[in-house]
Amino acid sequence: MAKEPLMDFEEAIERFEVVIGLEVHVELNTKSKMFCGCANVFGNEPNTNVCPICLGLPGALPAVNKKAVESSIAIGLALGCEIAPNGRFARKNYFYPDLAKNFQTSQYDEPIAFEGKLDVEISDGQVFEVLIERAHMEEDAGKLTHVGGATGRIQGAEYSLVDFNRAGVPLVEIVTKPVFGAGANAPELAGAYVRNIRDIVKAMDVSDAKMERGNVRCDANVSLRPKGQEKLGTRTETKNVNSIRSVENAVRYEIQRQAHILAGGGSITQETRHWHEDRGYTSAGRPKSDADDYRYFPEPDLVPVQPANSWIEEIRESLPENPQQRRKRLGNDWGFSELEFRDVVNGDLLDLVEATVAAGTTPQAARKWWTGELSRQANAMELSTSELAIAPDQVATIQKLIDAGDLTDRMAREVVAGVIAGEGTPEQVIEKRGLKVVTDEGALIAAIDEALKQQPDVLEKIREGKVQAAGAVIGAVMKAMGGQVDAARVRELILERAGS
Amino acid sequence: MSELITKSACELAGLIESKEISSVEATEAFFDRSESLNHLTLSYLHLNRESALAAAQAADSDLAAGKRHSALHGVPIAVKDNLTTTDAPTTAGSKILEGWVPQYDSTVVKRIRAAGLPILGKTNMDEFAMGSSTEYSAYGPSRNPWDLDRIPGGSGGGSSSAVSGHLAPLAVGSDTGGSIRFPAAVTGSVGAKPTYGAVSRYGLIALASSLDQVGPVTNTVLDAALLQDVIAGYDPHDSTSLPDSLGSMAEAVKTAQFKGLKVGVVKQLSSDGFQAGVKKCFDDTIAKLTAEGVEVVEVDCPSFEYSVAAYYLILPAEASSNLARFDSVRFGLRVAPEGNPTIERVMAATREAGFGPEVKRRIILGTYALSSGYYDAYYGSAQKVRTLIQQDLEKAFSQVDVLLTPTAPTTAFKIGEKVNDPLAMYLNDIATIPANLAGIPGMSVPNGLAEEDGLPSGVQILAPAREDARMYQVASLIEALYVAQWGAPLIAQAPGLEANRG
Amino acid sequence: MSEITPDLVRHLASLSRILVTDDEVEKLAGELGVIVDSVATVNKAVSGDVVPTSHPIPMSNVFREDEVAPSLTQEQALSGAADSAEGRFKVAAILDED
Ligand SMILES: [Mg+2]
Ligand SMILES: [Zn+2]
Repeated sequence: MAKEPLMDFEEAIERFEVVIGLEVHVELNTKSKMFCGCANVFGNEPNTNVCPICLGLPGALPAVNKKAVESSIAIGLALGCEIAPNGRFARKNYFYPDLAKNFQTSQYDEPIAFEGKLDVEISDGQVFEVLIERAHMEEDAGKLTHVGGATGRIQGAEYSLVDFNRAGVPLVEIVTKPVFGAGANAPELAGAYVRNIRDIVKAMDVSDAKMERGNVRCDANVSLRPKGQEKLGTRTETKNVNSIRSVENAVRYEIQRQAHILAGGGSITQETRHWHEDRGYTSAGRPKSDADDYRYFPEPDLVPVQPANSWIEEIRESLPENPQQRRKRLGNDWGFSELEFRDVVNGDLLDLVEATVAAGTTPQAARKWWTGELSRQANAMELSTSELAIAPDQVATIQKLIDAGDLTDRMAREVVAGVIAGEGTPEQVIEKRGLKVVTDEGALIAAIDEALKQQPDVLEKIREGKVQAAGAVIGAVMKAMGGQVDAARVRELILERAGS
Repeated sequence: MSELITKSACELAGLIESKEISSVEATEAFFDRSESLNHLTLSYLHLNRESALAAAQAADSDLAAGKRHSALHGVPIAVKDNLTTTDAPTTAGSKILEGWVPQYDSTVVKRIRAAGLPILGKTNMDEFAMGSSTEYSAYGPSRNPWDLDRIPGGSGGGSSSAVSGHLAPLAVGSDTGGSIRFPAAVTGSVGAKPTYGAVSRYGLIALASSLDQVGPVTNTVLDAALLQDVIAGYDPHDSTSLPDSLGSMAEAVKTAQFKGLKVGVVKQLSSDGFQAGVKKCFDDTIAKLTAEGVEVVEVDCPSFEYSVAAYYLILPAEASSNLARFDSVRFGLRVAPEGNPTIERVMAATREAGFGPEVKRRIILGTYALSSGYYDAYYGSAQKVRTLIQQDLEKAFSQVDVLLTPTAPTTAFKIGEKVNDPLAMYLNDIATIPANLAGIPGMSVPNGLAEEDGLPSGVQILAPAREDARMYQVASLIEALYVAQWGAPLIAQAPGLEANRG
Repeated sequence: MSEITPDLVRHLASLSRILVTDDEVEKLAGELGVIVDSVATVNKAVSGDVVPTSHPIPMSNVFREDEVAPSLTQEQALSGAADSAEGRFKVAAILDED
């Protein structure tokens, strides 16, 4: 199947109102699974984190993980939801080979959290209020591998293999109400919403929140209706869109595809669709039909969850600041330019910069370290910046030594390299490597005089306002002193000369 | 008949404790008998000689070392084939599980092992416990030791025929709508369904999760009490397990007395539809109690009228979901149709071939009861009937200590008599179902032989939830009245299986 | 009269993943019709507000701590399977869906 005909995006927005709805599944990072004691870990040998319960063996019974309930309540609270005084598990019955019991233990009409909202800001500063219908607890399914056929896809496969290590991993499914009025911003809003959820669950440390590992997964519902029409159009549900960019692209694609069909007098089939990241299109999956009669009923093997108010309040107390609000606050406090701030956010450096500032540096100095030298080092070592073997307070220590004139920038970079290489604390590295700025200004002044003699027009240029002319002299002085001087001090001395 | 095999479990435990006999001797006696006579009753689907004898030896050496693990230490036991055992296949009477050896022991089996009881084997049952006669077992019907042409009740007919035929001194069964109590009644033995949650369901192959309960099948009330003490208790693996202990049933039995006892006779379960001889036995029980000064009053439980209907909605609904896991992927039978079938077709063909007709009927009925558009009318209403039944019982128990009913409407019927009439089969459970719907304990003890056919009849004792001890007390009092009359438990009047040896 | 039509039986059998022949469908429709007519009486039992009972003994908040317990070995996990390969359960292809 290939791409279907599309309408130009602007034209589609012009002619139709877009309604989106998002279902985000968050895998919790509990130690054990939702209903059994198997380890909740990624990447082990297949079928080694399984037991009678998560394999759905005859006679096995579930037992609810308290931490998973707590995390679910926390997510509900972070999304401004009410917490149900009487939550209940339900069975969702359908046959699929990765579903051990052929029913998913989930929640139906009594979810743990409901009626919340999330303010989502998009790049132009517009804020959309996304209403949350519910957040409920459920379990993940196993993992299918399709063998044979062209690309490991279902179609054309000769057989499939099932690994149940993921079966029973706790999930929280967050479902929005239909989102109206985003228009041309609908794709971006969808992506921003998912990013927000990811940031929130990450900040709360209830999920590893790695989208590439499927810790956060999105199903995107899209429908169009002619402008002014009351009745909602038929929607499609695009499954498992697993990056923020894919969410945006999939929503955009569905808008254009559906617009083309509707404009041609056709009608939309209510169906699930699959997003093909590699080629950027959705394809039809199973049509919604009677087969979607999931025959929900209360899970008789589990009893209701009735969280005490005191427990809910305790969880509420422990919630971290909302990441979007935190970004706003830090953005204001730090006074970075938009570009500088975006670098910090995109580099996932907020925590590190914040901690470095807290350890006593200026925001700008902290930012420069983390987006500059430290990001370079991490890149070279193929690590994430937070995995570097240097702590924010050590970075702050080094910066303070620069500010005091005890280290030059170049020497500081050497100290950093030493710390990362495991040579000890910044002080120990300085000691071992003998990194110390020459403080005898007599020698320094002599070197400056010598350099100025070689470049006699420099002082004049500085006096005329061409301060950058000092650069050439600084370079010469640094070279003459073998780098063991503070460039800032050299600059100060040159400017003093020009001023006298 | 060897003296040993007609002894009660309690007597055997005493002989073993005093080292007059060993656990190995007791276990071998039952194996010898079972191996020669099981073909008559088909009580066992699997006999477990090797591991049972190993357990018996361990019980003997522990005892020699001064370690007695329970009051039934060393006494062999039979286990219904819907409880998982790592050392024996567990089939639940179904072809779909033929040969499956579970990767884990059920909690009940763990407790039995820990208490020092060797497991003789796995007993026959209606497939997935769906039935009242054991005729729906995929491996053939069990037979009633009182008359081999008749059913031993169901679904636990394997356990009841084993105990009443002296192929085991004790057995465990499971009771979803009467599967312990009905077989006990028609085989002249004792069967108890504890309060829901008193015994762990972990490792019990689920029929209807909100109704299932494991319990003892024995020849005396004291044996049942001793066995409940072994298998009951909180289990974190079963979220519906009662955290509070209900105390020792065996201790309770010792302090039973008629004084001050007030019993209720349920209006809706005392007149219509009961076989004359069964009704007469029941009236006799009431007369005996009255003679002992027990106050008997009639209580009204109007919602009981709907209990069978509610039960046959709730049970198939839960079962349809519980049995979905039998799909050929992780365990059990796989049947692949011709050609290059998809997994969907393999699943459907496997379930077609692996499930018997009654199981398919109930799965489809349950699927219907839960499907959108029908849920409220069927499953939803049935769950409301449960509430009404609980309210009726609450009112009744505010007036009396226990309720008495005939356990079953008839004595054992002939094999084949009702097998093609599901509805008639369902009505056998009319008196036992309310206890499962309400979660209360219920127990059947023998109360004579029906005059028209000479077959055993049982009286059912129902007590409020968590009052299992009270139920056992009343059961032991009734038993004592009959033992006083007969000189021995009813089972002593059973014709020997040897007479039927083929 | 019963609402259990052969088509409904076919649909229910497909929801329950049970292969049924036409003969079986006819037979089941008849049998289930009788049963459904009989159990449908539950409707008459209930009038007014009655809370449904799904757990016979009321309980709530039964949790386990988030602690890891031993799992089965891969060999144990696969021991009951009809077919396996590469440490996984092997099943026929799933063709009815992309
Ligand atoms: Mg879900
Ligand atoms: Zn597990």
